[in-house]
Amino acid sequence: MKIGVVTFPGSLDDGDAARAARIAGAEVVRLWHADPDLHGVDAVVLPGGFSYGDYLRCGAIARFAPVMETISAAARDGMPVMGICNGFQILCEAHLLPGALTRNQHLHFRNRDQWLRIENSDTAWTNHFTPGQEILIPVKNGEGCYVADQRTLDELEANGQIVARYIQGNPNGSTRDIAAVRNTAGNVLGIMPHPEHAVEALTGPSLDGLGFFSSVLKHLAGVGVPA
Amino acid sequence: MTEMLDQTVAAVDTVRLAEVTPDELQPYLELGLKDDEYQRIRQILGRRPTQSELAMYSIMWSEHCSYKSSKVHLRQFGEKAPPSDRLLAGMGENAGVIAINDRIAVTFKVESHNHPSFVEPYQGAATGVGGIVRDILAMGARPILVMDSLRFGAADHPDTQRVLPGVVGGVGGYGNCLGLPNIGGEVVFDECYQGNPLVNALSLGVLPVDGLQRKEADGPGNIVVLMGAKTGRDGIGGVSVLASATFDEASQARRPAVQVGDPFTEKLLIESCLELYQANLIVGVQDLGGAGLTCALTETAAAAGTGMDVQLEKVHLREASMEPHEILASESQERMLFIVEPAKLDAVLGIAQLWGVIATPIGVVTDSGRVRITWHGETVVDVPPGSLADDGPVYARPLREPADLILLQADRAETLPRPHHDHELRETVLRMAASPNLCDRSWITEQYDRYVLGNTVLAQPEDSGVVRLDEETGLGVALALDCNSRFARLDPYEGAKLALAEAYRNVAVTGADPVAVTDCLNFGSPEDPAVMWQFAEAVRGIADGCQELGIPVTGGNVSFYNQTGAVAIHPTPVVGVLGVFDNVAQRIPMGFSHTGDVLFLIGETRLELSGSEWAWVTHQHLGGRPPKVDLAREQAIGAFMAQAAQSGLVRSAHDLSDGGLAQALVESTLRKGFGASVHLPEQLEAFTALFSESAGRVLVAVPAGHRQAFEALIAEHELPVTELGLVEGEGADLTVVAADAHTGQFSIPLAELRAAFSGTLPKLFGGATEQPAPYAAPAAVAIETVEIMSAELGTADAVAEEPPAAVAEEDTEGR
Repeated sequence: MKIGVVTFPGSLDDGDAARAARIAGAEVVRLWHADPDLHGVDAVVLPGGFSYGDYLRCGAIARFAPVMETISAAARDGMPVMGICNGFQILCEAHLLPGALTRNQHLHFRNRDQWLRIENSDTAWTNHFTPGQEILIPVKNGEGCYVADQRTLDELEANGQIVARYIQGNPNGSTRDIAAVRNTAGNVLGIMPHPEHAVEALTGPSLDGLGFFSSVLKHLAGVGVPA
Repeated sequence: MTEMLDQTVAAVDTVRLAEVTPDELQPYLELGLKDDEYQRIRQILGRRPTQSELAMYSIMWSEHCSYKSSKVHLRQFGEKAPPSDRLLAGMGENAGVIAINDRIAVTFKVESHNHPSFVEPYQGAATGVGGIVRDILAMGARPILVMDSLRFGAADHPDTQRVLPGVVGGVGGYGNCLGLPNIGGEVVFDECYQGNPLVNALSLGVLPVDGLQRKEADGPGNIVVLMGAKTGRDGIGGVSVLASATFDEASQARRPAVQVGDPFTEKLLIESCLELYQANLIVGVQDLGGAGLTCALTETAAAAGTGMDVQLEKVHLREASMEPHEILASESQERMLFIVEPAKLDAVLGIAQLWGVIATPIGVVTDSGRVRITWHGETVVDVPPGSLADDGPVYARPLREPADLILLQADRAETLPRPHHDHELRETVLRMAASPNLCDRSWITEQYDRYVLGNTVLAQPEDSGVVRLDEETGLGVALALDCNSRFARLDPYEGAKLALAEAYRNVAVTGADPVAVTDCLNFGSPEDPAVMWQFAEAVRGIADGCQELGIPVTGGNVSFYNQTGAVAIHPTPVVGVLGVFDNVAQRIPMGFSHTGDVLFLIGETRLELSGSEWAWVTHQHLGGRPPKVDLAREQAIGAFMAQAAQSGLVRSAHDLSDGGLAQALVESTLRKGFGASVHLPEQLEAFTALFSESAGRVLVAVPAGHRQAFEALIAEHELPVTELGLVEGEGADLTVVAADAHTGQFSIPLAELRAAFSGTLPKLFGGATEQPAPYAAPAAVAIETVEIMSAELGTADAVAEEPPAAVAEEDTEGR
């Protein structure tokens, strides 16, 4: 299975996402923002960072990157795509996910080990978990406050599109404690905390982050990979 | 446009003009040059300097660039340095380079950005991080981490409310955007820093041992390429006016002299540089920091003994109206200078283009031995580069022990009234844990990304930051930054040694082998003989200490003029120690983590309260002599800890420093939420056992099964040790039992302790612990009625839509 990890000029956690995918057992292909070719990958991770500096709205420029046009099309055709932090922001800007991520309510960047509750395991990226499972992974963002209009939020609730919520404290003021959402099909996931930083006992607070990467491998094995 | 250009050129002071107008009055005094220094410039050039040349000399001969007051003292670092086969580059380079094994080397340095951070806290601190990262980059290394050592005025002073959030935001904003984990440092509050906060930033980079880059502009005919951000009017005079003069009422008007950072451009610059190094495309490289282009051009030419012809109009400008002397003095950030063979120029420009960075050939290397700079065809600078880079003035400034020192040392804290009863001791533990210098730093450190790059093994609040360099072998480094400036005020020689001892111990307790030192020497005005004496004593202390410990000072930075009016800061020699791990998996963390582990205190406790945190917090007292420092003991502890780490004998270890044993217990219990029962030794008064700040002590937790092996190893290293008690269960109290019945015993529930420890900074600086009530998620996630959802939403939405109250104070971020 090939997982592509995109590098924008300001991507920072791309190496970490690649390491996590590798530990989970995937073959990793590095994708470059200016190259629209996906080089035959079966799934894509949009990593954390500051894509093009993000002096404008986070992800607002990245959504127009050549690689994003191909990824958007592939995502609509069912390819699993996970956006972490800045990747989540880009997926919202690209309208692959509803809602938006705004400045943390307390206005500070915040980095801490964060408990989440998995609310939905019916996605390409969370099938390894059980609903209600509590996991510990790092959160680190300045603009991670998820917002959407009430109707959208209600729809997300009703459709089971809220994939994870913050528990034991909301680190950024996210509406309804939302930490991760998926599209209706379940192949696209946006998550604000960083699963790729919880894949080794030596460097992370837990190994809980690995579940996201092994989930997509299980998913790909299940649906069969196009030749 | 042409007309404007003509005017600009016509108004410029050229070498031709300088030759025919020898008597023109020049503002050298305003630029910070003394009469005799100006006369020396005229002598060197055989005429008056042009406006551009005057700007260049004033910058390069400033205290900040020339080290003119400190040079005679700093020589000791080289002279007393113990021989080290690890040292690949030392003092005088952008940063020292240390071989970790036969393949991998690291380069590291700490540097100050104090003055800019007072004027414009966010940008001052941000560009401090940017500057030290470029120093590391210029050595040929990939920067992989940062640390920060911060000092502010009193925590509750209104100006600290302005400076601290800005500085912390700047350190975080820049480092986070570069993708460099911030793994540690220190935050200290003291009234002496009220008008002179200190922002010292450290970075470390990794390079192949044969990948060291040179700064020499070798090879006449080679091209001089400027890469990175456009050059603007920011930071002009930053060096000569800002960094080398004492603050006064006019300081606020100097805002334009602070540089503005663009971390995204720096990130692109880092990636471009590393590709250039890897493809072996450059002959030399120098970062543009203080003194900007002036420093980079003259230092690279002087180092090679060559010359340079530069066409200044080729420099990309943010403002077309900039004049040559402004371009030469600009400290615009995110710029590097390269020396490139003509045949490789296209490849260099290609890499810049790939990353979207501006790269411009601006001149050629010559064998003339002169740096000649033209502006639209007119020569505006023609100087021997060595006269700027190497031959600046050197002063042996007068030294005099501060007049008040004898009285200060006589006023010992050991004579202050101290508490004896259990309830008083209990109150003191809580009060100390909540005091600004000892309390939880999370409000600050949570604003820093410590995870990025995925190699952070230990980060704040641990004693050292520990980072893995090699995923396969686990090879890694440990780093600590420390200084107790109250000790240095009481005795700068011993205080500097104590700073070194503490940083060394902080590295050693994690199990790493300490190998090298960097320092950032923050002092008042060198023109004050008392300050200069403190400086000389501190340098001597570090140099002697390093000689005794057998580890070299590899580089660092001096920051003078940290004073307002006649009042200088405490002498603040911040010391950074680098340690090496063969395998970071062996690192020893600080928190108690297993019920039943046996607690031991390694080292000796004496009645040493002068300069202590207790004396300051409870009596606002500073006087006496600092604790005794015994570097041989520190070394023995280091050797013991390294062996204990390798054999897994010690589960956790925590250095004792500010706040003594009491504070170490607070931090070790709260780290992972395990209680402890401690029986204080009989020989000591309970108060002394808890709050003395004797150096050379470590609190360790040993698995019960390893007790015998532990004691045997302690005996082998001839270390004094006291058994203290046991680690209790998760959530158990911290219980302290005194040896004499008169004092009794006390217990503190961890929740109460945590509330005291963690409440202080959020209370002072706002917000961090206030959490909206958790969203009451419906039990069945998928299907709920819309009515219930709307009702639930009332609270959540109200919180989300609350106007961001602090937008105004954050507005610097967008500039």
